[in-house]
Amino acid sequence: MIPALFGLVLAGGASTRMRTDKALLDYHGQPQVRWAFGLLTKFCTATFVSVRPDQRDDPSRAGLAQIVDRQPGIGPIAGISAALLEHPQAAWLVLACDLPFLTGSTLQHLVAQRDPRKVATAYRSAHDGLPEPLCAIWEPAAREPLLAYIASGKQCPRKFLINADTALLDLPERAALDNVNTREEFESAAATLRHRPSPRSKTVRVQYYAILREQAGRSEETLDTSAATPAELYEELRRRHPFQLAAAQLKVALNSEFADWQTPLQHGDTVVFIPPVAGG
Amino acid sequence: MKAFSFSQAPLTPDTYRAALADPAAGGYAAFEGWVRNHNEGHAVTRLEYEAFEALANTEGERIVAEAIARFGVTRAACVHRVGALAIGDLAVWVGVSSRHRAEAFAACRYIIDEVKHRLPIWKKEHYVNGDSGWVNCERCAHPHEH
Repeated sequence: MIPALFGLVLAGGASTRMRTDKALLDYHGQPQVRWAFGLLTKFCTATFVSVRPDQRDDPSRAGLAQIVDRQPGIGPIAGISAALLEHPQAAWLVLACDLPFLTGSTLQHLVAQRDPRKVATAYRSAHDGLPEPLCAIWEPAAREPLLAYIASGKQCPRKFLINADTALLDLPERAALDNVNTREEFESAAATLRHRPSPRSKTVRVQYYAILREQAGRSEETLDTSAATPAELYEELRRRHPFQLAAAQLKVALNSEFADWQTPLQHGDTVVFIPPVAGG
Repeated sequence: MKAFSFSQAPLTPDTYRAALADPAAGGYAAFEGWVRNHNEGHAVTRLEYEAFEALANTEGERIVAEAIARFGVTRAACVHRVGALAIGDLAVWVGVSSRHRAEAFAACRYIIDEVKHRLPIWKKEHYVNGDSGWVNCERCAHPHEH
């Protein structure tokens, strides 16, 4: 049986170079620790935040399920080993909170490509080809060798993965794991993200005909949506317009061709919902 | 003429018929759909047709091409009205020329049936009592055959 996947946000770092708590930096409208936690809950059966003992009552971490470091002071490997000890049957999707460019689709790809027969599944760094330990899935089989590794005085999770039986994947988005360590890097990353629409948000044009045109009170509109499919878009529009027809009674066209309701929506698509027809 | 097209103006079957003429054709069959003054027990005074033309043109051309391939007819075409129509107006015209009558009738029937089922065209009826409604859309709890 494949071990259940638990999530762990690593938020116990000293943030020495940043000189401020990296977990509290705001790239996406909330403290990054909260954003990363929310992202993990989409993929994991249970999600936790890794904390040092002195961070347990920190307001940004207090409301979240926590795993407390057992050997504070040795870096992120303390959080990973504490999680593997706390729930030894689970595999852990570990995520640092200094990865502002990470997207749900990069995480989705990692989860989809997970090889539970390995010690871990990780991305190759886009910069040096080495495993990225802080956006990776650590299997229960990692626990004993990792504890032995720490007991021998070593602390680098990347070197552990290099020498372990790790499944390595190429990054689908090259910049997804670029991390941020200094105030200058933070300012630059925040500015980049502000000027780029979130990857899930797209602009689509919707054209209305017949009864839908009358109920919408317009023949077309352009809108920003996070809907992934025409099915999601129609449900979103039903909250804005008094549409009586259910999606099951409609067909949908994308860019003037009939389309499946589950086709991924693309930025710039023109969408037409087609009520029951009555030509002839 | 185009295999499928829409017209804002009244349809002119004589000109369409001439466009289907062919020395190899031994016959011609046509279907005309007319606006009638009643539907499902309601007295109808006039109606409006509306279409998603970009998609309907492509799909309509496919239907005509299917009919030509399936029945081996010589030429075929279809023209559909959009806009406001009065009782008795011509709503749709289908014409087929072919070597023999059987495939002309069959292709004509195929085209009108597929047009009614597949093309994004909608009809709003106005009734004697002043009400109006989009056919097949208003009583949506009980969808019925087109």
